[in-house]
Amino acid sequence: MLQISALRKSFDGFLAVKEANLSVKPGEVVAVIGPNGAGKTTLFNLISGQLRPDGGSIRFKGEDICGLSPHRLCRKGMSRSFQIVKIFSRMSVFENVQTAVISRMNKTSNLFIPARNIAVKETESILDAMGLSDKRDRICGLLSHGDQKVLEMAISLGSDPQLLILDEPTAGMSAEETETAITLMKKLSSQMGLTILFCEHDVELVFSFSDRIMVMQQGSTITQGTPAQVRNDPQVKRAYLGGDD
Amino acid sequence: MICGIFGKKALPLAALLLVGLIFLPAAVPRFYIYLTSVVLVTGLLATSLNLVLGYGGMYQFHHAAFYGVGAYTTALMLTKTSLPVWLAFAAAPLTAAFFGLLIGLICARLSSLHFGMLQISLGSLIWAVVYRWYDFTGGDDGIHGLPVPSAISGTTPAYYFILALTSLCLLLLFIIIKSPYGRILQALRDNPERCEAIGVNVTRHRIIGMVVAALFAGVAGSLFVTLEGSVFPELLSWSLSLEILIMCLLGGWFTFLGPMLGAGLIIGLRTVAGNYTEYWTLILGLMMMLTIFFLPKGVLGYVNDLFRSRAPSQPLKERSHVAD
Repeated sequence: MLQISALRKSFDGFLAVKEANLSVKPGEVVAVIGPNGAGKTTLFNLISGQLRPDGGSIRFKGEDICGLSPHRLCRKGMSRSFQIVKIFSRMSVFENVQTAVISRMNKTSNLFIPARNIAVKETESILDAMGLSDKRDRICGLLSHGDQKVLEMAISLGSDPQLLILDEPTAGMSAEETETAITLMKKLSSQMGLTILFCEHDVELVFSFSDRIMVMQQGSTITQGTPAQVRNDPQVKRAYLGGDD
Repeated sequence: MICGIFGKKALPLAALLLVGLIFLPAAVPRFYIYLTSVVLVTGLLATSLNLVLGYGGMYQFHHAAFYGVGAYTTALMLTKTSLPVWLAFAAAPLTAAFFGLLIGLICARLSSLHFGMLQISLGSLIWAVVYRWYDFTGGDDGIHGLPVPSAISGTTPAYYFILALTSLCLLLLFIIIKSPYGRILQALRDNPERCEAIGVNVTRHRIIGMVVAALFAGVAGSLFVTLEGSVFPELLSWSLSLEILIMCLLGGWFTFLGPMLGAGLIIGLRTVAGNYTEYWTLILGLMMMLTIFFLPKGVLGYVNDLFRSRAPSQPLKERSHVAD
C-alpha cells in the first residue's frame, strides 16, 4: 500500500531524514520507532504531504505521491493524526468529527443547507466506536489531553481512510488512557480492516501490537521486520535497545 | 429548513427586533431614523467583515475597500450610464465580489499577518486610484447629488430599503455561517493544518470566504449611496477599515450579531461624544482598552457566556477557556 525508498529531507543543512525506507502492506499494523530526533515525525510529515521531500520516492497504492498537498492525499485515502493535538478547539466533539465527514462528502462548498443535519448517523457511529459518545456536545478545547488524542483519531476516521497514520497516538497519556487507546487501535485494525502506520516511544507497546516494525536512527532506516526479527537485530540492539535485551 | 438553524430563543428575539425596527419611524424623530440607517449599513459592513475575521480567522485588514468599490459602482452606473437603476444596485455586490476574488487570489496563500499586510497595500492601491482619477471617480471630491430613485430617497423610504436589504443579507450570512461551508470556515480558523489533513483545500476556501464577504460589503456600499446620495474616497480609506474592525472586536467577533452591536455602540458614541469634543476617539480608545482587558470576547461574547453559565449543561468555568 505504501512504499518509501531513499527518502531525504533537510532543514537548513540539517539532514532530518536521509535514507528512510519503509513498506506497508494492506491490512498491516506497522510501527516506526527510534530515539528522540530520529526523524519519525518528519518522515510522517513527508508521507502525508505537510513537507515536500528533497529526494527519494513515496508511492501510495502504486502511485507516486511526492509533493502532493495534504488535502489531495486525504482524498486518496490517507488520513493522519498529529503528535501535538490539532483539533478544532472551539467546536464540540461531534462537530469536529462531523466536519471531517462533511469534507469527505465533498460538501464543503455548499453555502445554503444547514450543516448540523449532515452525516449525523455516520458521525455518531464513529463517536460510538471511539467511546466519545458521552462527550458528544462538550467543547473539545476543554477535554482532557487523553480524550483529545482519541478525538484526533476520531477526526482522522471521519475521512474514511484506507491508511491511517498516527503520530505518537499515546504521547502524554496516562497508563489507563494508553490502555484505552491501544484497545481502540486494535479494534480499528481487526474490525475495520484499516492499515495503520504509527510511531511510538513506548517500545513494549510497539512490540506487543505491531505486525512489523521499522527502526530509525538519525534519519536513516536501520531495519524493518517482524517484532522478533527486530528484537534480534544486532544493529538495533546496539543503537536502540541498549544491547542486552 | 431555515428554522432548523435558529436556536429556540433566537427566532422570536430576531422577529421582535425586526418588528421594532419596522415601527421605529413612527416613534422617533427623523434624525434617529437616519442614525439607525447608518448603524444598519455600517453594521452590515462589519458583519460581512466578521465572516472572514471572526469566523474565518483571516486578518482582513482592509475590508472597506470592497465597501467603497460597491458604493462607487452604484454611483458611477447611476451617473455615467442610462442603464436601469436596479442594475446599478445589483452591480455593486458583483463588482465588489470580483475585487474580492482578485485580492483573494493574490493574498489567500499567505498566512495571518502577511495576509493582512498585503491586503492593506492592495486595498490602499484601489483607494489611491479612486483618489487620483478625477475624470472617472471625481478624485478626492467624490461624486455628489446622485440621482437615487425617488421611491427610496428621503430618510424614511431609504430607511425601509436599507432595513429590508440588511435583514435579508444578515439572514443569508447567518445561513452561510451555519452551512457546511461556514463550518469549514470556522475549522480553518481553529486549525488550518488539520483542515488540510481532512481533505480541505485551504486556499480555495479562503478565497470563497473573501468573495462572499466582499459581496456583502458591496451591498452595504450601495446602501450607503441610497442613504447619502454621494460617494467619496474616504469610503475606501484604511481608517474606516480599522473602525469596522474595532466594531467587530468591541461587539464580539465570535458572535453573529456582535459586529452590528459594535456598530451601534461606536456610531452612538461618535454621535453623542462628538457633540462635546472632536477628540471622541480618545474615549473610543479607552473603551477598546477596557474591552480587551475585561471582555476579551467582546460585549456580546460576554453576554453569551453569562447566559450559558445559567444553563446547567454548560458551566461558565468551562466556557471561559474556550477562547484559548
